[in-house]
Order: sequence, then C-alpha cells, then structure tokens
Amino acid sequence: MIRVTRSTVIDAPIDRVWAVLRDFNSHIDWHPAIAQSEIEHGEKPDQVGCVRAFSLKNGAVLREQLLTLSDDHHVSTYCILDSTIPLKRYVATVRLSPVTDGNRTFWHWESTFSTPPGMEAELAAAVGNGVYETGFKALQDYLRKPSSEKKAATPVVATPAATGSAQSIVMSRHGGPDVFSYTETPVRAPGAGQVTVKHTAIGVNYIDVYVRNGLYGALIELPGTPGMEAAGVVSVVGPGVTHLAAGDRVAYACPPVGAYTTVRTMDAAQLVKLPGHISDEVAAAVMLKGMSAEYLLHRIRPVKAGDTVLVHAAAGGVGLLLCQWASRLGAKVIGTVSSESKAQLAADNGCAVPIVTRDYRFADAVLAATDGRGADIVYDGLGKLAFEENLRALALCSHWVSFGQASGAHDAVALERLGTKSIALSRPVLFHYTADPETLRQMSANVFAAIRAGVLQPHIGARFPLAQAAQAHEFLESRASTGAIILEP
Amino acid sequence: MIRVYTSSVIDAPAEAVWGMIRDFNGLPKWHPLIAESRIENYRKADEVGCVRLFSLKDGGVIREKLLALSDFEYSCTYSILESPMGVDNYVATLKLTPITDGDRTFAEWSAEFDCAPGREQALSDSIGQGVFQGGFDALKRLLRDRRYSGRAA
Repeated sequence: MIRVTRSTVIDAPIDRVWAVLRDFNSHIDWHPAIAQSEIEHGEKPDQVGCVRAFSLKNGAVLREQLLTLSDDHHVSTYCILDSTIPLKRYVATVRLSPVTDGNRTFWHWESTFSTPPGMEAELAAAVGNGVYETGFKALQDYLRKPSSEKKAATPVVATPAATGSAQSIVMSRHGGPDVFSYTETPVRAPGAGQVTVKHTAIGVNYIDVYVRNGLYGALIELPGTPGMEAAGVVSVVGPGVTHLAAGDRVAYACPPVGAYTTVRTMDAAQLVKLPGHISDEVAAAVMLKGMSAEYLLHRIRPVKAGDTVLVHAAAGGVGLLLCQWASRLGAKVIGTVSSESKAQLAADNGCAVPIVTRDYRFADAVLAATDGRGADIVYDGLGKLAFEENLRALALCSHWVSFGQASGAHDAVALERLGTKSIALSRPVLFHYTADPETLRQMSANVFAAIRAGVLQPHIGARFPLAQAAQAHEFLESRASTGAIILEP
Repeated sequence: MIRVYTSSVIDAPAEAVWGMIRDFNGLPKWHPLIAESRIENYRKADEVGCVRLFSLKDGGVIREKLLALSDFEYSCTYSILESPMGVDNYVATLKLTPITDGDRTFAEWSAEFDCAPGREQALSDSIGQGVFQGGFDALKRLLRDRRYSGRAA
C-alpha cells in the first residue's frame, strides 16, 4: 500500500478554489495532462456517485467515481474504477482549508493505492508529481487568468472539436524523403463511428513510398500525413462505436493515409483488436504485410502443395512472409533478392531457390530451377522493369499476381502477350478485400493464428523514431532493408 | 457556541515548527502575550491531562488542561479551566500540516467556546487575531531569524 501526499497554498480565496475543485469534471479545464473528460450517463459533476471517464494526453484512459463531496469541509474523495495505468484500489482525497492570514487556500491532495511489484516508485512519482504537483501549478495559473480567457466547459456534443495535439510527419508536395517534416498537428475529438488511437508502433510499407513519390498520389490530400498501418491503444471512443472500448489494444492496415503520427482520430470499422500474444510492434509489422500475404496466397489463386511460386523481394516485408507461408503450404518457393545476405535470409525463411539479381534478370534462373517449366504463380511487387522477365519465367496456365510496382507502374499490357502462355493476370488491392468487416476479421484472425502456430515469423529489420521517417524511407528504397520497418512514436 | 479559526503559512518545515510549539509549557519562549508558565503537580508537559498555569504580560492568569497531543498529527488540544476572558467550555486545537510544495507549514489554530451575549465579536477578534495570529506571526519571525542565524532548526 502506497500513500502519496502533496500539498500547496493557492493564492486565491477558498470559495474560488472550491468552486473549481468541487466540479468533478473541471480538470479538463485546468489540468494539462487531461485530453478528454466527461461525466457518464449525463449525471451532474457534483452528484456523489457520478463517474468521470477521461483520457490523458499520454494515452492512458481512466474512469473515476466521486465518493464524497463536502461543501462544509471542502472535501472531495474519489476512487479509480478502471485504468490503463496499473493503480490498484486507488482512493484519493482533495481537502481544502482556508488560510485566513492572506485569504488564501491550503490544498491537501492524498491517495492510497497499490501497484504491480517493482512499479511503486514510478507510479508514486507519476501520481505525486505528474498529477498532483502539476495540478497545483496549473490551477494556480488557471485562477490567475481573467474569466474571459478560461476554456469553456467541454460540452458533450457530437460535433468534433479540436482537442489535444499529436506529432506527425507532414508532406506538402510529392518527391523524395526530404518532403517529410515532423510537426505538431491538432487531434480532433472522435465523431460518430470514430475513435482516437494513441499509436505505439507504426508500420512502414512500400505503398507509403508510392504515396510520397506521387505514384499513388491520389491517396493523399496535400498537405497530409502518410502511412496506412499502425498499432496502439484506443484512448477515446466516439458515439455509436460498440465493438471497441477505451484501453483496447488495436491495429489497422487501411486507408485513408495518416498513420505516421502519435495520436490519430479515425473510423473505428477497420480497427482490429489485438490478441494477447501479438505485441504492438509485431502488429505494426504484420497487419498490412501479413494480410497481404494472406490474401495473395489464399484468395487470388490459392496456393497448393506442389505449386512452384516465384516471390520477388523475397527478403522484404511481404516477401519473407510469402516465403514462410507458401513453403508451409507445400509450395516450392523461388525468390529474387538483391544481395547474398538477403539470399541467406530468404533461404532461412522457406525460400528453396534464392536468386540474387540487382537488374531484374531472373527468368533464366527460374527456368533452370524448374526444368524449363517456369513458375505457376508469380507474386510481383516489382512492376514495370521486370515485365519481360516475369513473362518469360511463368509457366503455361500460370497466374501473374501484380500487387506492387517498385520499379514503376506497368505499361499497358497487350492481352495477347498473356495469351502466349494462357496466363491469368490479377491486379489485386488489399483494401478491396479488407473493406468488408467480416473478411477483415477473418484475414486478421488467420494472420494471428499463423503467427501463433509459428507458420509466420514476423521479422522486424529496423526501427526508426517517427521523427526520422525520411531516413526510414531512404533505408527502404536503398534496398538495404530486410523484413519490416517500424516507426516508434 | 462561537467558533474561531485562524490559519497561516509558516515558511519552515513542519518538524521545525512542531519543535517550537510542542512543549505545553513553552509558550513564553515564542508567544508574545505570555510572560511565565509552569506545569502543576510536577507533571511532565507532554503528559496528557497535565495543567499549565501561565501569566499574561498584561497581568492576567490562565489555567489550561492538555486534552490531546499528537506527534503524528502535529496537533495539540487543550481546554481553559480558569481565565479572566469571560469564556466557558473553551476548547482549542493547534495543528500543523506540512506543505510539500516548498517544505513549509500550514498552521491552524481554532477554538470553540460560549460567552455572554454581545461579547462574541470582541472575543473572536482578540482570540483569533491577538492570540492565534499573533502567535503565528511570532513563530514566523522566530523561525526566520533562526534560519538566518544559522542555528539548526
């Protein structure tokens, strides 16, 4: 059991201080740590038993209940009901006393609680300094301001209002990684069907490069924030959202862009709750890439045992997952990579025949590895520059799955070229498959189950601070990276 | 029943202030209105139930009984047995609370009593301001001087 006690003198008469502190929801007006707060069920903030549901700017989410309110003795006692911070049996009392000498106010703030072992000092400091002492200074400043400058009480309305801020990567034009800047951006309160998510890990994908360089320019409205994959904690739930609650660990891989940020308000429909065995970092590494592997291998041209598949960028984010999963499904995996070390990595992850090439020449090697037959399926993330070689490397009655364009968008494909080998060509987009909530649920569940079963082993090749997203893009485009790249907010 | 309450902030740690006021027989050391004091019947000053007999600088004599003492709560409660003030059923509490912000002391002195009608305001003022605030002002001066003179608290 820990007891935290802090006290101060506020340079204002007790009635003014008490008027603010007796309002159980007023902390949103004066405490800098609070992002959002409201009293549940429309109760009044001085109704004993009312519950305030609030979130902190650091992403924590809490519910506290008012147990005692005394205008006679200027006492307010409350306890935590739920909290994402592990404070157990937390009960706190605010007690004011008049300082008659100078018409000031003595404010005594005390709580008792317990914590998980080893966290006592950290949480005692967070409570004593981050909540109580910070609160003392903040309320003193708040009471000094003339009334006209004070924030209006936060109304419980459906209209989103800007509240709180985030740090985001912003781009105002298309181009190289130097178009990224890192700046403070406003965060809106969630509207109907939306939630606010505090990101804990952000995934970098090649689609982000296409958005940045303009190939997929239509996906971003400038100035805007790129990124389509992240994991985090729900901090605020907007009206009408029933499948998520504040505190839920979630991840997503979906449009619109905007994932390269610390806190994001977005539609809740595409958010997937994370099972306990999937960490936030793994989720950010695997949502978009894992679901890509899932639909490429199972929903376009389902892979079966005995198939020969050709995986380009076999040591990349999607590539490694394709090698792992396809080999487990019984396919012979041929992969192209740009270096010997990547060849070893691909081989260690299920690629039976790694081919090292930096200039898109691989057809001869594929034919050699298949007795001249060619591959039954090519998973093509290379695009334009590899067109002819892919055509040569494919078998009769095969399937060309073009899901990426790292070397540029394909020129118009004359159907008759495909007719020379009865090739089926698919140009799938992940988001068309995940748009349906039930399909999204199945796909993500399949990915998580494959990880749990050891079929998929997410490989995080590099981590960068969110502020260094430009460096992360340089790293990705330089072909130096393997596996997934994570941005840390 | 009249209630008088006076509170102040003393710019010294609570242990230091308690060290000065804990002695039920020590009023002459710090209170400007008190001349001399002794504990009756050879009892100790921190024996709850002991009685102090003290004289005011303006000549009056007062007897007060120690009802409660707490080193934990930094508080002391006493009642008046005899005095020239014209109060009955007088019980007072002097209590200190640490102010963590700045390592200072919040001091509270309160009393409840009965008196003749019409005497309420005069008594509230002389007790609240003269005795209580006067005592706090003296403590502030003494502890400030102590600090400046380098003596240990």
